[in-house]
Amino acid sequence: MLAGLDGDAAAYRTLLEDLTPMLRTMARGGLARAGLGNADVEDVVQEILLAIHLKRGTWMRDQPFAPWANAIARHKLIDAMRRRGRRAETPIDDLIEILPDATPQPEKSASELSRIVMRLEGREQDVVQSISLDGKSIRDTAARLMISEGAVRVALHRGLKRLAKLYRDDDMAEQSP
Amino acid sequence: MNTNDLINSLAADQTPPGPPPGRMLMIAAIGALVAAAALFFAMVGPRDDIMTAMRTVRFDFKFVYTLTLAFSALAVAVRLAEPQPLKPGETLLLWLAPGLLMAAVIAELIAVPADLWMPRAIGNNSMICMRYIPMLSVVPVALVLWALRSGAPTNPWRAGAVAGLVGGGIGAAFYAAHCNDDSPLFVLVWYTIGIGVMALLGALAGSRFLRW
Repeated sequence: MLAGLDGDAAAYRTLLEDLTPMLRTMARGGLARAGLGNADVEDVVQEILLAIHLKRGTWMRDQPFAPWANAIARHKLIDAMRRRGRRAETPIDDLIEILPDATPQPEKSASELSRIVMRLEGREQDVVQSISLDGKSIRDTAARLMISEGAVRVALHRGLKRLAKLYRDDDMAEQSP
Repeated sequence: MNTNDLINSLAADQTPPGPPPGRMLMIAAIGALVAAAALFFAMVGPRDDIMTAMRTVRFDFKFVYTLTLAFSALAVAVRLAEPQPLKPGETLLLWLAPGLLMAAVIAELIAVPADLWMPRAIGNNSMICMRYIPMLSVVPVALVLWALRSGAPTNPWRAGAVAGLVGGGIGAAFYAAHCNDDSPLFVLVWYTIGIGVMALLGALAGSRFLRW
């Protein structure tokens, strides 16, 4: 994390990749305990990674890293579970008497992240998709979109912040119907 | 879009995360003092007899109380900006200012005959107090909330309420220089209402703006 904060992108990537299996275990456990099934595990993991990235400034270099990451992950997991719990509540009560077999069918929808990336605007969407899906570097993305590397960096950062906001707004919309 | 795709983007985003929330809160507190001071001198002003008032214990205690409240709440806000769960006692500091006020109230009840208790608690300026404390506190509270956005408070209501205490304490400290009701009994009733309103507004604003 230290190297990542100091601008070592490779070290930072390794850190995020190493965290992912732990986050997956945690998300699976949390969703299972809440009786929500496994379909959303990857969505929750992605939301946690995004939060760890955007909030990495709240980790103090003199603190141990694991409790900090754990606190971020727990907060986002609880958030995600609350949202999904609300979503699941009504239909299940209705269906339970109709359906003889109550085994939940996991929805085969596209991942939440893909859906939310589609809601980014213009350049932010182009840049996030180019770097995420096509694995392009900042320089290649700049060349392909014919904008400066600085503009790509700005659009990427804004895009990621907006992704977190879109997750939140989804939550808000459901809180106050 | 799978998780490795997202990690591509996260690793590529090397925008530095900005100053730590603790420093942002210090900057916000300084800004809050400046903003409250500007508004105070532009619209309210110190009371006429401030030079003699400054030599009385009751007048001075109002500043001890309100500034203790503001800065102890600021210290707690710095902690609440971190996501790690609170350990027991980490918000204990919030009780320091109320403790001081209770001690002052008890001293006042001992020093003053009982038939003066009610008149002193009701005072002369309670309505002005109700109006000026929120007016002087709004910008300070907003600045502290803004600084908290750079943090990761896990309970936005609680963090917002503490922001309200910081800003409310600062606003009340400036109002105290105008107010000619100096009894701790007055402070207990009316300052508590004024600062309490700010804590409530802070909590409401926090629940909306401090989520992440």
